[in-house]
Amino acid sequence: MKLYEVAHSRTGDKGNISNVSIIAYDPKDYAMLKEKVTPERVKEHFKGIVKGKVARYELDNICALNFVMYEALGGGVTRSLSVDMHGKGFSSYLLDMEI
Amino acid sequence: MRTIRIGSGAGYAGDRVEPSLELIEKGNLDYISYECLAERTIAIGQQAKLKDPKKGYNGLLEARMEKALPLIWEHKVKLITNMGSANPIAAAEKTVEIAQKHGLTGMKVVCVIGDDILPMIDKYQDTEVWETHEALSKLDGQIVSANAYMGVEGIVKALEAGADVVITGRVADPAIFMAPAIYEFGWSMEDWDKLGKGTCMGHLLECGGQATGGYFAEPGKKDVPGFGHLGFPIAEISEDGKLVITKVEDAGGMVTPVTLSEQICYEIHDPENYITPDVVANFKNITFTQVGPDRVEVTGITGKPKTDTFKCSIGYKDCFIGDGEISYGGPGCLERAKLAIEVLKERLELVAPGQFDEMKYDLIGCNSLYWNPDYKYNEPSEVRVRVAGRAKTKAIADLIPNEVEALYTNGPAGGCGAVKRTRDIVSVASILINRNDVKPEIVVYTV
Repeated sequence: MKLYEVAHSRTGDKGNISNVSIIAYDPKDYAMLKEKVTPERVKEHFKGIVKGKVARYELDNICALNFVMYEALGGGVTRSLSVDMHGKGFSSYLLDMEI
Repeated sequence: MRTIRIGSGAGYAGDRVEPSLELIEKGNLDYISYECLAERTIAIGQQAKLKDPKKGYNGLLEARMEKALPLIWEHKVKLITNMGSANPIAAAEKTVEIAQKHGLTGMKVVCVIGDDILPMIDKYQDTEVWETHEALSKLDGQIVSANAYMGVEGIVKALEAGADVVITGRVADPAIFMAPAIYEFGWSMEDWDKLGKGTCMGHLLECGGQATGGYFAEPGKKDVPGFGHLGFPIAEISEDGKLVITKVEDAGGMVTPVTLSEQICYEIHDPENYITPDVVANFKNITFTQVGPDRVEVTGITGKPKTDTFKCSIGYKDCFIGDGEISYGGPGCLERAKLAIEVLKERLELVAPGQFDEMKYDLIGCNSLYWNPDYKYNEPSEVRVRVAGRAKTKAIADLIPNEVEALYTNGPAGGCGAVKRTRDIVSVASILINRNDVKPEIVVYTV
């Protein structure tokens, strides 16, 4: 099953740091997301893209995980060579993860 | 218990104008705030100001003010914006001129200045830059702007001076939404929990339509009603910090715990420590409760004392980026696109050996957004080659798009739709400075 089936997501950017949220549609799935979508797995999913560490924060009341990915935007939005300088498409890419 | 209504008039520099006018006319608002500054907007504005001392403010300021000023006067709504960008004084003078043209006699336009620290930048040469972990003096490039993220102080002063319109340069995004609550309710600047709630309100409103279903729709899973006429959000905030997010009833879009859950996570790192100039807000225990159609109450927000520092964005010119694109379609298009990339690599090394600091080769339709080498993509019916590279001079950067365009007559079969451009890049670096180094001041104009 893809993460896309049980969660939605939004990406934000600050400098060279990208943050991607993963929010369960159904609160019943939140514990499973916490168990399966670890920072290590997210780092592996973004292999070649995210150069730094990945940290995970939890907002339990709204069933949301917030992944903060460092050195993720090719030096920052202002100087990235990517088509998607803000990394706004990272949310959709993370939802493609198999869980 | 008093409650005020604050509307979000814009979520970025180029945002749609119509939803803000709808808010002023139908939102029963007390305030409308337009958030129009991204990280490097001021650096780019500074370049415009250097060429023309009357420019450097938001490019849509005239278009927005022409329509909004008569409406806020009629509906008794106060307008706050950071559209001043690199030149808040020129923005305020232009706003006064527009107000005069519309005969809005007595309207007070107040400008907040003090964020521009470029004149004293030498003082911070030893300060560490976040991005490089080196001293500012080691930054490779010419510094063109330096602005501190100020808090609510200057805006509150402007409101105390009787402002109908407040125009700022760089202030923290939530500040332009929270300042009215502090002014109206007389909140203490050390009531950290209330400032946390005010900051949360600002964070939910600062991206305009992103709270009402914009940047959100997913057909079949997250459908947004009336998407074409998406409305912008409204916050109702009470003296005791009670907060409800809503929208104009007949505007498109929706306000639900789901739309707000996405927005609260937008551009935050540790939710327990959302650092702003006015407070360190704690969103960790946030709760959203639907209390009516398109009405969501927000609870669980607290705050902690502010830090001793202000974040500053330093704009600097350090490189040129050249990029070019060309498409291939039909049977074998992927192989031809890959051949185009191989040829480009060879030719760029030939014409400017070792002169590109960084290169990126993309197959748009396959791997341009996600370039994890293990990521599996299918052959599309068409594919677009894109090459981008960084160089110290424009002449070298220009070679990249030129080589892409030359694939027309020198590349694989059927290359089509080539485009090319070279950009003079203004990068942004961040430092922290002592907050006492920055003193917001106001300039009052009466129409």
